[in-house]
Amino acid sequence: MSVLIFIDHSDGQVKKGALEALSYGTQLAARLGVAAEGVLLGALPDAGQLGKYGVTKIHQVDNDALHHLDGQVFTAVIAQVVEATGAKVIVFSNNSDGKAIAPRLSARLKAAFVSGAIALPDTANGFVVKKSVFSGKAFANVSLNTEVKIIGLNPNSFAVTASGSGTAEVISFNATVDASKVKVLSTNKIKDEVPLGEAEIVVSGGRGLKGPENWGMIEELAKLLGAATACSRPVSDTHWRPHHEHVGQTGLAIAPNLYIAIGISGAIQHLAGVNRSKTIVVINKDPEAPFFKAADYGIVGDAFEVVPKVIEEVKKLKGVA
Amino acid sequence: MKILVCISKSPDTTAKIAFTDNNTKFATDGVQWIINPYDEWYALVKAIEIKEKDPATVIHLVTVGLADAEPVIRKALALGGDEAIRINAESQDSFYIASQIAEVARQGNYDLVFTGKETIDYNSASIGGMVAELLGLPYVSLALSFEINGTKAIIGREIEGGEETDEVEIPAVVSCQKGMAEARIPNMRGIMAARTKPLKVQEPVAADSLTSIVSFELPPAKAGVKMIPADNPGELVRILHEEVKII
Repeated sequence: MSVLIFIDHSDGQVKKGALEALSYGTQLAARLGVAAEGVLLGALPDAGQLGKYGVTKIHQVDNDALHHLDGQVFTAVIAQVVEATGAKVIVFSNNSDGKAIAPRLSARLKAAFVSGAIALPDTANGFVVKKSVFSGKAFANVSLNTEVKIIGLNPNSFAVTASGSGTAEVISFNATVDASKVKVLSTNKIKDEVPLGEAEIVVSGGRGLKGPENWGMIEELAKLLGAATACSRPVSDTHWRPHHEHVGQTGLAIAPNLYIAIGISGAIQHLAGVNRSKTIVVINKDPEAPFFKAADYGIVGDAFEVVPKVIEEVKKLKGVA
Repeated sequence: MKILVCISKSPDTTAKIAFTDNNTKFATDGVQWIINPYDEWYALVKAIEIKEKDPATVIHLVTVGLADAEPVIRKALALGGDEAIRINAESQDSFYIASQIAEVARQGNYDLVFTGKETIDYNSASIGGMVAELLGLPYVSLALSFEINGTKAIIGREIEGGEETDEVEIPAVVSCQKGMAEARIPNMRGIMAARTKPLKVQEPVAADSLTSIVSFELPPAKAGVKMIPADNPGELVRILHEEVKII
């Protein structure tokens, strides 16, 4: 019996979501009094060092068919590891790969699945996991009613904690790997930018910025803070900024530690995508903007005057000329 | 090409979120129901675009819900689609719903099953993957673009920090998001035509529910906003650095 954590990685790096899942899974295992183990598909250098997050064993299956994500193939392999190890809880990040695999595994194993978990389960009376619902406007406590359980942990909702200095034993697992029906033609990653879903700090702009030519100060502030840039829906709909930057109910839902909204009024659909942010700063010239009600800190003022001053102050703080 | 589009009803994006019955049920009083935006704007409209290029395409819609889901499915038929199937059951469990849809898909022998990337009420993003597994088909989640190329589909999908383009064998299940298609408004001709399009009601097949919702809760209210004068942005930077300790 164990908690099994899916170690999601790309380009030789463990994804942040996977580190969160490892931290969550090892804390859950400690609470249940069972071992925390990892499952790793494909090649990852120096996987044993992930022992510092508390996993004792990592079951690795490496095969050419596992060098790109095909949820169908991955699911069949993970199911074999679950069966062989007798894992009772399987933890995924609810990131893009997790969304491709975890629901499939649930259907295959007929194992209860909660996606979008934001906290460790309450095991006092069954196995109840709190998840985000209504696009961040509420939470549901979901009871997982089968012996084997699957959890999809929302990105940025659980702190990454290295719990030890141990090295995990990496065990080569002999699995049957099916032929993939998916061929990757190309991959296009945005270089030198923090992925929005993983960012600790997000600087976001709205219609108040008047046009795409005014995004220079948003990008400058973001760069100074090591932040990702985002935008509201009208901004992406009018193609001032690319679709992938759109946060809100119908865009990406994010939960950074700091969300700085500049020239965004804060329509309810926008708030739905960002209100899990830990600290919200709103800069808007309209004192009646609804966003101020959802903010922790606010400045009423013209973005074109306030933001350059904020940039100067951040530069002073960081010692940048 | 035969396409099954999964349609869910969801509360309007501006609906007040509140709960009744000791916080165990969503308060539906006064709530306007809409087609889940991802199902409508991206899954359904993409299917319509495919049919516009290849008129031999057949589009069926499926929803799992009681009779009160019918106005929403009629609205979906007004946008497009040839007929709709309503599975007469209500459930909050993704596996139960996916089992019903998989059964419809099995009987109808579809080339493609489209879903939205998630519903805006339960945000589980689970139905597509579960249906695909139950049918033994490939599944591309969070699709941003979709083109048919013979017996295969070329699909762009979201990955962490970027996009990947996949070639996938059909039949397949695809969950759709922004980028797939542009939202449309139903026209009068579509609304009139929808009235006479077949809407079949089928009883559910036996399926298990694997989860249950114990209760709902609302997030704690914010303590209130602290306003900082516009001529003193240094104070904001100081607070974020010294008090919040984030920058």
